[in-house]
Amino acid sequence: MAKSLGSEAKAGLKLISPTAIYVILLLAVPLATVLIYSVLTGGRGNVSLPITIENYAELWTKAQYGYIMLKSLLVALTVTFITVMLAYPVAYFVSFHVKPERKSLWLFLITIPFWTSYIIRVSLWFVILGYGGIVDSALASIGLPPLNVASYSLLSIVIVLAHAYAPFAVLPIFVSLEKVDRSLLEAGQDLGESRWITFLRVTLPLSMPGVIAAALIVFIPTVGDYVTPELVGDGKEPMIANVIEIQLLKLQNFPQGSAFAVASMLMVGIVSVLFVLWNKRYIGGQK
Amino acid sequence: MKKAPILKGYTLFYLLFLYGPILLLPIFAFNDSKVVAFPLKGLTLNWFAEMAADQNLRTAAKNSLIIAFSVSSISTILGIFAARASVRYNFPGKAPIMGMIMLPLVLPEMIVAMALLVVLLSLGIQLSLFTVIVGQVLICTPFAVAILTSAFQSLDRSLEEASLDLGETAVSTFRLIVLPLVMPGIMASFLICFTISFDEFIIANFLGSGKPILSVYIFGQFRFPAKVPSMLALGTVLVLFSIILLGFAEYMRRRGIAKAGGKDSGGLL
Repeated sequence: MAKSLGSEAKAGLKLISPTAIYVILLLAVPLATVLIYSVLTGGRGNVSLPITIENYAELWTKAQYGYIMLKSLLVALTVTFITVMLAYPVAYFVSFHVKPERKSLWLFLITIPFWTSYIIRVSLWFVILGYGGIVDSALASIGLPPLNVASYSLLSIVIVLAHAYAPFAVLPIFVSLEKVDRSLLEAGQDLGESRWITFLRVTLPLSMPGVIAAALIVFIPTVGDYVTPELVGDGKEPMIANVIEIQLLKLQNFPQGSAFAVASMLMVGIVSVLFVLWNKRYIGGQK
Repeated sequence: MKKAPILKGYTLFYLLFLYGPILLLPIFAFNDSKVVAFPLKGLTLNWFAEMAADQNLRTAAKNSLIIAFSVSSISTILGIFAARASVRYNFPGKAPIMGMIMLPLVLPEMIVAMALLVVLLSLGIQLSLFTVIVGQVLICTPFAVAILTSAFQSLDRSLEEASLDLGETAVSTFRLIVLPLVMPGIMASFLICFTISFDEFIIANFLGSGKPILSVYIFGQFRFPAKVPSMLALGTVLVLFSIILLGFAEYMRRRGIAKAGGKDSGGLL
């Protein structure tokens, strides 16, 4: 018998087809194109056969590409670590010490800054940290020397990104803390453990899936951030996205730019998979 | 509830850190000085006047509104199809299709923008507001799907079956029963997509080929110190605007959950 679809399957496919066709044409096809371009030869604004691995070889041999990827990775991991560490106590407070009917209000308060103009927030930091800016002038008015934070490009990039993505980290941690069975905590304390030990041995391991989800949610957009290095870092410390722009747009070197984009995606993918595998340990443990 | 003064103090401090830069916006937007620095000089409305008189800014704002309105409409409609199909039906290839739709959530935006740009340039398609809309729909649709999925999930299936038993067709059941019940979810999705699109920079910048769009315009103006105060005035207006929109979206979402008889669990995300 030929493979025939049930009426339910047909109805479902029919219903999803507009959205599916849209993303296949405008997302899957472009991503596949980048993948193909990355193994083609080409110069300014055009690509041609033959197929080559030259572009990837160049990524491997030219130190600057590796440096950019490693730098972006380190900046993103630092930002991720800071955001998650800062967010955990907040999520814990809202989950364990706020009355249930007030929880949504607190979460709403925490998420509002995330929804206000990203570009304005980042640009504001440029004014806050910059030479003679708000921080320095405030210090000067109480007689202290200027810090001139903006001259340390990487430091200011980390500060601004940690601020921009902070609310992202709170929500997943909060969700996993909400799922922690409160009777387990009582059991721990009844059996004579201190509150701190109960936290370390029960609450923290049970909330690890949320922590790892938070880490992923912060890591992915920060590693590909374009605006902050461009504006706050004054373009002096380009990250992955800025190099992709230079290769693809300014130099119009499609194959080389595509290869760099693919390699970056691969790196982001590998780090994400590592996070997920790490998560498996905790999910497996809580049967 | 146990009292936890240290945790509470820390959380309030954290909120201050989150809101700090935004609170500085109105302070310096009303400050009577060309230089954005302490000490404050006195009150003025000049920067708001300068902002209102800026012709380029108006064009950019108009373009942004056109884009945001189109993007949120298209994303919400695409989101309805996908969310309804994934909640209601089982079909082959469901996981990969849904995965592809939600992919932009876990892909750096720059990659989405550049992949699309490379194809558009190779095909020789002129960049315009339209190409920005096409790109931003990709970014917004996952959010629409996420919001609408929870709206469709809280729907009681027996209501639909009752309607079908009473002789309504599938289409009229959808219009008369399903649509009114998920309407708050649709509104919430529309508003969220509107906010995301209005704020979006990467796609607006790279797929818009320098057309004046608000986020791109703001990004450019911050490089000129003389323009910064009026940009802060604009920022104040925008922040107020998005807080109102979000408050409204949150209200719609809660009303939707209450209507469907569900329990409120968490915020917008």
